[in-house]
Amino acid sequence: MEKKSAKANPAGLAAAAAVRPALADPAQVLRESDGLSKLSFLVFGLGNLINRQIIRGLLFLAVEAGYIAYMALFGLSAMGDFFTLGTQEQGQVYNEALGIFEYSDGDNSMLCMLYGVVTIVLTAIVIAVAYMSMKSAYCTQVRKAHGAPLPTFRDDLHSLLEENIHGMLMAFPSFGIIAFTVIPLIFMILIAFTSYDRDHQPPGNLFDWVGMANFTQLFTGGSRLATTFWPVLGWTLIWAVAATSTNFILGMLLALLINQKVVRGKGFWRFLFVLSIAVPQFVSLLSMRTIFNANGPVNVILRTIGVLGATESIPFFTNELTAKLTIIGINIWIGVPYTMLSTTGILQNIPAELYEAARIDGAKPPTIFRKITLPYMMFVMTPTLITSFTGNINNFNVIYLLTGGGPDSLDYYFAGKTDLLITWLYRLTITQKDYNIGSVIGIMTFIVLAITSLLTFHQTGAYKDEGAFQ
Amino acid sequence: MKFRKYLSSIGSHVLLAVLGVIWVLPIFYVILTSFRAEGGSYKSYIWPKGFTIDNYINLINTSTSMIDFKRWFLNTLIIAIFSTIISAFFVVCVAYCMSRLRFRMRKPFLNFAMVLGMFPGFMSMVAVYYILKGLGFLETGLLKQVALVLVYSGGAGLGFYIAKGFLDTIPKAIDEAAYMDGATKWQTLIHITLPLSKPIITYTLLTSFMGPWVDYIFAKVIMGNDTQYYTIAIGLWSLLEQEQIEYHYTEFFAGCVMISIPIAILFLLTQKHYVEGVSGAVKG
Repeated sequence: MEKKSAKANPAGLAAAAAVRPALADPAQVLRESDGLSKLSFLVFGLGNLINRQIIRGLLFLAVEAGYIAYMALFGLSAMGDFFTLGTQEQGQVYNEALGIFEYSDGDNSMLCMLYGVVTIVLTAIVIAVAYMSMKSAYCTQVRKAHGAPLPTFRDDLHSLLEENIHGMLMAFPSFGIIAFTVIPLIFMILIAFTSYDRDHQPPGNLFDWVGMANFTQLFTGGSRLATTFWPVLGWTLIWAVAATSTNFILGMLLALLINQKVVRGKGFWRFLFVLSIAVPQFVSLLSMRTIFNANGPVNVILRTIGVLGATESIPFFTNELTAKLTIIGINIWIGVPYTMLSTTGILQNIPAELYEAARIDGAKPPTIFRKITLPYMMFVMTPTLITSFTGNINNFNVIYLLTGGGPDSLDYYFAGKTDLLITWLYRLTITQKDYNIGSVIGIMTFIVLAITSLLTFHQTGAYKDEGAFQ
Repeated sequence: MKFRKYLSSIGSHVLLAVLGVIWVLPIFYVILTSFRAEGGSYKSYIWPKGFTIDNYINLINTSTSMIDFKRWFLNTLIIAIFSTIISAFFVVCVAYCMSRLRFRMRKPFLNFAMVLGMFPGFMSMVAVYYILKGLGFLETGLLKQVALVLVYSGGAGLGFYIAKGFLDTIPKAIDEAAYMDGATKWQTLIHITLPLSKPIITYTLLTSFMGPWVDYIFAKVIMGNDTQYYTIAIGLWSLLEQEQIEYHYTEFFAGCVMISIPIAILFLLTQKHYVEGVSGAVKG
């Protein structure tokens, strides 16, 4: 809005210049606001209304009115329930007139929590709107002080196509993200601090806040949960490292192999490997599962050629060690073509002059690979590598569709020997309904991921100067 | 010297051939089993004793309350179309803002998106399930389908990384030239940036279209036992359940082949854009 009128008027230019630094700094807005602007934080749109920016002011006011109505009718009681998580348990009440027991509706702890979270998020949004209202009043105040014309509502609308275009473009996606990612996530994180397990299932039972109890249980040595968590975490990390590194190294070698000058029909070879990722993953994984089944084709072949006896079979999925090796092997089959695809593109992008210069200097192919190809590849691939590492920690499909986490172990708390944290989380929540423990596992997974990737990702060139090639 | 070169060429081709066979065999097995005449699940031999296309015909014609391939196909198609439109719109909006515009909330949003991406995807699944239930979306099968579209596309705005990487490679000078000529940012987006980003828009459209065909978990959690409204993936998986596997094992593979062909074609179409999206940031 500033820019538009600034073009028309020198006073507007000065006002825009005065306003700009403050917009990035809430403290300055607060410091320099006059009484009217400060009051706009409490009465939304006041500063705009008084200065005849009617529609803009009314829009702010409408948000506040809507919020107050929501809080009065629903929000306040929802917040109360959020802290208690419900007090009235569902029970049976004797109905004298009919002579039978009737179910009385109790509180539903789950819904209490959900409505509480929604109310908190709404409140946070309204506080942000309050700040916007104050900022808007402050802009008007500065403009008036400079004698600049105030933007009309038409100017405001126009600014949505110009300097505020990000507001318009981001609105719907942000709404989607808040509704389908942020609110559910806050909800699930909070579950970790409650007793929402299979014995406390709404609507029949209530659950309650238990503080850090679930976390203590996880970290107390000797508890069944702890003896499950650490081995599962260990295997998750081993799996992620093994899966990422094998895919990366073998995929790169395959790309180099195909990229050799002597190889004919490059397109055909690439197509051959790409075919395996073109098939939907659940199809290829379920087929692999049947192929390596105790009576599947691989064992049948081994029996036919006499490696195994007629009734013997290699326990591809039923023995801990072989299951782990089989999974990593199958994952190579699935993942290598992906790496091959992306490294091929990168290989073709390496500047030919570099190779030219190296050859003139008399470098041998191994040296060229070590000094040029590999560093270049690492530079471009590091972000992909980190993404694929985190992707593997959360690689639900491969484990779930191949072994389902098995072979099961009695020492573990509802986990199998090949369960990753993520598949264990699935079992705990969807199958076992131990939502609180599942949520704790989810938070631990997040911590593992955050530590490994945030630190490394911030070091990569792609993050530091993303605009380098613009 | 020439002889050695010849040898290494042969070696490379032999190695590639062996690897190629390993990579193609499982796919070949799927196709082979889909044409197998003998029913039942596992056999003590590999090569079928007889071939038939009945597996395909039966699967397409079956229309019971438990198994209804045509219906599943249609369900998935509708869900895929709607979620594609919504998610592609979200992705393009966010990617454009993150790549071409500089505003105060940009860096925070980037970091925020990365942190959100680190939580296991379906950790929030249970909560989403209850939110949808609370809103009454899980009352009828039709509403469940709407719910599934929302689940697939709602958080799509977070998957902007590849599209942003692509937009980053479009020179800023082009935008600035447009501003000089008096174009608004909106006009620049519509008339300059979008036409230039056709490859990445195609990529985004195709990948989000493929999502519903291959997703298993979300569909399963939302649909529960409502077999009529199943998508292809959970429908086919239900053929492998204990009670079904002896009767529908070969039909499962027939279904896999039928579903893999269009997906494979789509994937091969996106392949080029995928490579561009990943490696596009550096032009040699």
